[in-house]
Amino acid sequence: MSRAFVLPDLGEGLTEAEIVSVLVHEGDVIREDAPLLEVETDKAQVEIPSPMSGRVEKIHVQPGQTVKVGAVLISFADSTDGGAVRAAPAPPAAAPPATEARPARARDGGPVPATPATRRLARELGVDLGGVRGTAPGGRVTDEDVRAAAGSTRGVTAPAARAPAPPVETRPLAPVGVEPPPLPRFEQWGPVERAPLSHLRRTIAERMALSASVIPHVTHFDRADITELDAIIRRTLDAARGRGVTLTLTSFLLKAAALALKAHPQFNASLDPAAGEMILKRYCHLGIAVATDRGLIVPVIRDVDRKPLLELARELGALAQRVREGKASLDDLRGGTFTITNIGALGGTGAIPIINYPEVAILGVARGREEAVVRDGQIVARLMLPLTLTFDHRIADGADGARFAADIVRLLEHPDHLLLEL
Amino acid sequence: MVMGDLVREVDVAVVGGGPGGYSAAFRCAELGLEAVVVDAGKRLGGACLYEGCIPSKALLHVATVMHEVERAREFGLDYGEPRLSVDALQKWKAERVVGKLARGLAGVARSRGVDVIGGRAVFEDSRGLRVEGEEPQKIRFKHAIIATGSAPATLPGLAAASERVMDSTSALEVVDVPERLLVIGGGYIGLELGTVYAALGSQVTLVEMTDGLLPGVDRDLVQPLARRVEKLFTAIHLNTRVTALRASGARLEVEIEGRNAQGFDRVLVAVGRRPQSAGLGLETTRVRVDERACVVIDTRCRTSDPHIYAVGDVTGEPLLAHRAMRQGKVVAEVMAGRPAAFDNVVVPAVVFTDPEVAWCGLTETEAQRAGRAVKVAKVQWAASGRAATLGRSDGLTKLVVDPESGRVLGAGVVGPGAGELIAEGALAVETAALAEDVAATIHAHPTLSESWMEAAETLLKGA
Repeated sequence: MSRAFVLPDLGEGLTEAEIVSVLVHEGDVIREDAPLLEVETDKAQVEIPSPMSGRVEKIHVQPGQTVKVGAVLISFADSTDGGAVRAAPAPPAAAPPATEARPARARDGGPVPATPATRRLARELGVDLGGVRGTAPGGRVTDEDVRAAAGSTRGVTAPAARAPAPPVETRPLAPVGVEPPPLPRFEQWGPVERAPLSHLRRTIAERMALSASVIPHVTHFDRADITELDAIIRRTLDAARGRGVTLTLTSFLLKAAALALKAHPQFNASLDPAAGEMILKRYCHLGIAVATDRGLIVPVIRDVDRKPLLELARELGALAQRVREGKASLDDLRGGTFTITNIGALGGTGAIPIINYPEVAILGVARGREEAVVRDGQIVARLMLPLTLTFDHRIADGADGARFAADIVRLLEHPDHLLLEL
Repeated sequence: MVMGDLVREVDVAVVGGGPGGYSAAFRCAELGLEAVVVDAGKRLGGACLYEGCIPSKALLHVATVMHEVERAREFGLDYGEPRLSVDALQKWKAERVVGKLARGLAGVARSRGVDVIGGRAVFEDSRGLRVEGEEPQKIRFKHAIIATGSAPATLPGLAAASERVMDSTSALEVVDVPERLLVIGGGYIGLELGTVYAALGSQVTLVEMTDGLLPGVDRDLVQPLARRVEKLFTAIHLNTRVTALRASGARLEVEIEGRNAQGFDRVLVAVGRRPQSAGLGLETTRVRVDERACVVIDTRCRTSDPHIYAVGDVTGEPLLAHRAMRQGKVVAEVMAGRPAAFDNVVVPAVVFTDPEVAWCGLTETEAQRAGRAVKVAKVQWAASGRAATLGRSDGLTKLVVDPESGRVLGAGVVGPGAGELIAEGALAVETAALAEDVAATIHAHPTLSESWMEAAETLLKGA
């Protein structure tokens, strides 16, 4: 039986470290306190001594690797001279000791050991205290235990469940970033009513709060002259209808965005802050925000860059209908790399949407209007489409955004360029 | 408009102005719900203030003072023989104690906008009730709270139609001090009132059906009290029933099992209390009442009728004012949509005799009965500095602890001030404290409260 040595808690809130060097080899027999590895944290370079004597069975890490506290570094075969050596304090197991988890409920079914305030918190979070493992001395359940339990149950609930959840205990939204101060008692100013959030509303609320808290948003404004594009759409409308397709501006927006993303791949990406890397996606699945009577849903059209316009238009129509009927599958809703939200049907002169995390950019489109525009010294009426490009400032700067938006504008303004790609 | 036709619409109608009812109404007001209280006496306080906790403690204080004065001779202080004016005592109790607290409650009600309507409430359906009596009217409510409390139980077969047979309510009026008093029932009411009358000068005989005083309470906690009342009372008959009772001139002729018939000037029947759920028109609602007349509720004080809640004695054991008060606050929060629940682990119990007896949480007796392994730590007050200075070394403090986790599961104490001391035990159990937590908390010296720390320390020896 081997024993695992994990990266110990390094204190000072450090959660990970980079392995600088491994000072032992597999098969080495070492004594307790012998140096095992050198690691570097953002504070210092430290040598980690062995907590036990024994033979090094396997080394799980290599220099240059960043490991988190609790990750297994080295496995030891059972110590050969274990009897002679005082058993080193048992290293913390790599995985949470799930098998050791015992219910907080007393064996006799008596009350769960927790203070009244903690029990109240559990009710607020909809956590069944009987299933929470208490970590305080004597198995007492702490506020942190309750919050952790609330978080873990949220993690396993199936996303996009269609049936509305039955009215149950209040369940708070998963907290993001700073804890907001408690709400005032609104009852003191007049009667109030409490309505539970629908599953979809909760999801939206949590995703938006996450995105808005994590991503530094920046928005670039632009306008596209779509007079010509509009004319083309009008001219081909009937022909397309003949093939059973309703041609809309959105299909062209999809295509234009896909083309522009090819030239600006950092907007078709995700950021991995833990790794300090940008994940560039070599596929182009675009989300389209669809307003339903239940709330916002973003179905995804796959491989937009590789599909002909008519097919995009057809897929878009079918997908939007599935979503509105609540028949969208999970696969319809995930895997997007960039989102377009077209609020033009509802009017407005522009909107700054929130990025659909973990994507890094979103294109907002308002209503196209005929405006007086100066062309070659003449005031002419042109159909102008207001656009906003909102993107994650961590992955791109204002100039990058401006260029990306300009490319989209250019493609929309010159449908002939677009035509080459259709 | 005829008064009876008046329909008042409120958020919350509270039926009963006792501790459960007024606590609920006050908390409702704080939470922005309009609450009215319907009370037969058009007053707040209920049996607790007028016929129970408060007046009995006022009288027991007199008994305690007399006991202290008597014992003061031991250390050279002699006031001579006490002379008691029953009139002055009654006046003090009624005006300075009960009256003062009643005015206080009425003031709180006024300031929070809680109306108190005089009369008897009878439900007409799940959303309405009528008030009969003093201020007849109809009330439509969004929610109602049944908080009608309990009344002294009577002894079947002994319902002698004599005003000389008292229950706790009439006994607390202290109409006179009978020369010979028979107390039927060795529970806390019988012991408290027996102590009062003994102090006032009555010769008290107590009859208890079971084999000990304070049935169900750990014997080691009862023992110091038993020793005291054995001296104070003329006779205590355990395992004994009263078989007959009849009026005979100005006295009562009582037949006590296994003994000759005896004459008493008064008889106090103290055989418990019964929930008052009858006559409320609950049959017009969906409220469920069990075979012992208790209104059935869940942990949120909801009855089986979605618009009607219930708190306090009318919902069953333990029949204690402080439980009702907590339930009252919980129920108001539940109605306001807050995630409240009556999930309290302990409801401390106190017998305000001299010495006082108090306990909370798991008792040693319950643990034994349930076959549950516990560690019990006891500290006799014989070694307590504070107890010695009080001349009272007859106390005992005990902790009942989970042997594995060291968690405090129960606490008990007997001795002067036990009713105050039990608060620490209650806090320990309610907050799931460990014996180590109690042992490591500095307790002021010299106090009786040190005994908690000392008891906890005995459990940690060798640890």
